[in-house]
Amino acid sequence: MDKTVSSLAEAVSVIKDGMTVMIGGFGGSGAPIELIHALIDHGAKNLTVVNNNAGNGHVGLAALIEQGRVDKLICSFPRSADPTVFTERYKAGKIELEIVPQGTLAERIRAGGAGIPAFYTPTGYGTEVAEGKPTAEFDGRSYVQERWLKADVALIKGELGDAHGNLTYRMAARNFNPVMATAAAVTIAQVSRIVPLGDIDPEHVITPGIFVSHVIEVADPAQEEELNRAEAVYP
Amino acid sequence: MPWDRNQMAARAAQELEDGMYVNLGIGIPTLVANYVGDKDITLQSENGMLGMGPFPFEGEEDPDLINAGKQTITELPKTAYFDSATSFGMIRGGKIAAAILGAMEVAENGDLANWMIPGKLVKGMGGAMDLVAGVGKVIVVMDHQNKAGESKVLKECTLPLTGTGVVNRIITNLGVLDVVEGGLRIVETAEGVTEEDLRAATEATIVN
Repeated sequence: MDKTVSSLAEAVSVIKDGMTVMIGGFGGSGAPIELIHALIDHGAKNLTVVNNNAGNGHVGLAALIEQGRVDKLICSFPRSADPTVFTERYKAGKIELEIVPQGTLAERIRAGGAGIPAFYTPTGYGTEVAEGKPTAEFDGRSYVQERWLKADVALIKGELGDAHGNLTYRMAARNFNPVMATAAAVTIAQVSRIVPLGDIDPEHVITPGIFVSHVIEVADPAQEEELNRAEAVYP
Repeated sequence: MPWDRNQMAARAAQELEDGMYVNLGIGIPTLVANYVGDKDITLQSENGMLGMGPFPFEGEEDPDLINAGKQTITELPKTAYFDSATSFGMIRGGKIAAAILGAMEVAENGDLANWMIPGKLVKGMGGAMDLVAGVGKVIVVMDHQNKAGESKVLKECTLPLTGTGVVNRIITNLGVLDVVEGGLRIVETAEGVTEEDLRAATEATIVN
């Protein structure tokens, strides 16, 4: 089995108009910038994107939104240092926003990957986010029912990867990446280095390869914050 | 003199005890870390880290090593990383002893509003709704009044809620209040602020 691919264009070629795409990262940390830029080049549109945020500046997710490719965004925190791109499209009614508490977002994705169609959480009970959702009482406390979240494709970023798709992550860049890897029909991982099978200690594998469809090496990946400091714009 | 941001943070740090796992929100709560002194506190950052260290020296910043406010931070020998689902599992699962959060409004029944102002753009709740639903004690740190001089400590919140009946203690520039049966109880006032000053600046019911 060899899941490695040699070009970013080939990696994202499965993404079709109208698909739901999960994109890993918390702000710029763990964001697969090169895969997102390849998706912009690829041209798929009318996408629903799941990310914790709504992009920052004019690169990565913000660039994808700026190019008009995203019809709907599911996120927990749309504000960033420079949220201009999302803000303008949102105010103009050109992008739909589903705002989800961060822990509920993570658990909906986890449930999607784990075959659990719905679950009850205390988060948001009695607030706007619970409106229209079933509630129930367990052991004297009230909870809100939330549904799983799945995607056609997940774009994620790891540190090391091997030909079977076993992955490690780097520091706090892990965040949503491992859960998103489990919840998509096709998971595409960019990693800083592809290593021979066995080089990642089996005890240290964070995402087992069963969750990963394609691995592509992007040495020295771009960091959103550094691109923004340089006032980069993509494309 | 009302407390300034740093004095509010220092007062909030007094709430923390040895052995606690604590989550600090964005803004003034972040400053609380500067005042924990020798206490054995472990800071959780909901983007997936336990054992948050201080800010890095210039030139040593790592963009993969950030807190929930997206500021670069540092590791400690006790640091552990984990994914977002695990992070909120420990939050909802009651493993975090306290959260110190900012607020737009707090009501006398403990309702908290801190994520959106209708008609203006949605800021987003991030992890705040999960934190207030799951941690042991919720401490709000905020200015007592808004820029127009109106009380942010209210009988009822006017903004969309982050959680209902979730706040335990409120620390403002004027003093400290606890949410109790029937309203708020004054715990202490800032130096030079009288109980009358605090009552006059507060819309919420204050009980003795």
